[in-house]
Amino acid sequence: MIGRRRRAVYQGEGRILVPFSGALDPTALRAALRIARAEEATLVPAYLLVVPLQYDEDSPRTDHVAVALPLLEAVELEAARRGVPVDARIEKGRSLTHALRRLWEVEAFDRIVASSSSFTAKELAWLLTNAPAETIVLRPASAVAASL
Amino acid sequence: MRGHYRILLGMAPGVGKTYRMLQEGRAAHAEGRDVVVGYLEPHDRSETAALAEELERVPHLRAAYGGLELDEMDVDAVLRRAPELALIDELAHTNLPEARNEKRWQDIEEILAAGSDVVSTVNIQHLESLNDAIFELTEVRVRETFPDSVLEHADEVVLVDLTPEALQARIRAGKVYPRDRIEAALLNFFRADRLSGLRELALREVAEDVESRRLSVVLDPLSAQAVAERVLALVTPEPRSQRILRRAWRSAQRLGAPLDALWVRRPGHEPDEEELIQLAALRRLATILGAHFLEDEGDLVSSVKRVVAERGSTYVLVGTPDESRRREILRGSLVSALVRELPGVDIRVVANRAERAVGT
Repeated sequence: MIGRRRRAVYQGEGRILVPFSGALDPTALRAALRIARAEEATLVPAYLLVVPLQYDEDSPRTDHVAVALPLLEAVELEAARRGVPVDARIEKGRSLTHALRRLWEVEAFDRIVASSSSFTAKELAWLLTNAPAETIVLRPASAVAASL
Repeated sequence: MRGHYRILLGMAPGVGKTYRMLQEGRAAHAEGRDVVVGYLEPHDRSETAALAEELERVPHLRAAYGGLELDEMDVDAVLRRAPELALIDELAHTNLPEARNEKRWQDIEEILAAGSDVVSTVNIQHLESLNDAIFELTEVRVRETFPDSVLEHADEVVLVDLTPEALQARIRAGKVYPRDRIEAALLNFFRADRLSGLRELALREVAEDVESRRLSVVLDPLSAQAVAERVLALVTPEPRSQRILRRAWRSAQRLGAPLDALWVRRPGHEPDEEELIQLAALRRLATILGAHFLEDEGDLVSSVKRVVAERGSTYVLVGTPDESRRREILRGSLVSALVRELPGVDIRVVANRAERAVGT
């Protein structure tokens, strides 16, 4: 039996942020992986966790974390298959944009790949205006779009 | 199931225990609970009698003793009635010789055992262990006593408190005793100095009761911890530690265990910019996961050993060591050292599943 050839995982220089919440659009992930591979960059999938105002900001949201962790593991597996290094994150905030801002306040990114399925039009407009790196907004995959 | 037992404790007659018991009964009745007055001491206090009017009363037993007609609680009637809550005055009372139980607190035990909740009253002078102290204080040897275990086994002991001055004022106003007994009462048992002493005893008794209950609450979790799981994830400032911490969180969730994350810095090592970013990200993740992030400096195995002992960790999760075979031979394997130094602690090596996926 012939095994699949293992791709070497390079040491990523740049960092490509893929923010999402709830679910990750496969189109955005595939696009981000292609870019990361081409640029020999590290993929940073970031699950954005919204903490409603009625909760203390540091209160653990185990329900959301339980959703986020398998998603991040799945992304890590997919990235490893393609030989792309991964540095996953979970970031919290009072809103998706708040969580995003916090993330790039402490970490630098070379590109941001966002799916329009994870954000509202207003959030996407904010992202394009405020993102500290080149930002690509992708339409969702057809199956995802049909379910929206 | 045994009923809930609440005891209203006072320093002396007249502080308002019976009044408070009836108030609580009325409040419970207003909330829709099935409440009866199991026994009410006939004090001839109009305010108290008025408060009892709204509540159903289990008829007392009338019994002749020493040429007197005396009222006693009809325990069987209360048991037959089987209320949700029975109000029973004066738990230290001694029953008549032909009664089933010698003391009323024993009657109450039967009612509690039958599943009814009970609110009862008692004065501190009846407590068995304080008998001598009460005698020294009041020069009155109290004959009707009840064992300390009654208070210990009660679910709640509530102090009904009144200052000595306020109680004396109530006595002078004729709210406690008839006019002809007021003077004698104030000159004897109800002297201010004696009331102060009794009050101190009552306050101390309730304070000790609260303390013992608090300690039992504190000790229970400690004893539970002795058999409970606690997970410790060893992390380093690099991306793969995110995975180790996440995996540790999932293990902790399955075990219902608290999670700690530990980074042990090599002596004298100052983290570079990239490591600082990774550390900050790990701390943020730890906050999100509800984990405690710990930092230490020194030899890795010694630090882990100390933290495991301090935190009571039962699981240690460590990433796949990336040490070379040569280093392993020369300095020994980290995992082997942990296994050797942490007897009784589970060591789990967190592999990168992605490597398994690409390796097949």
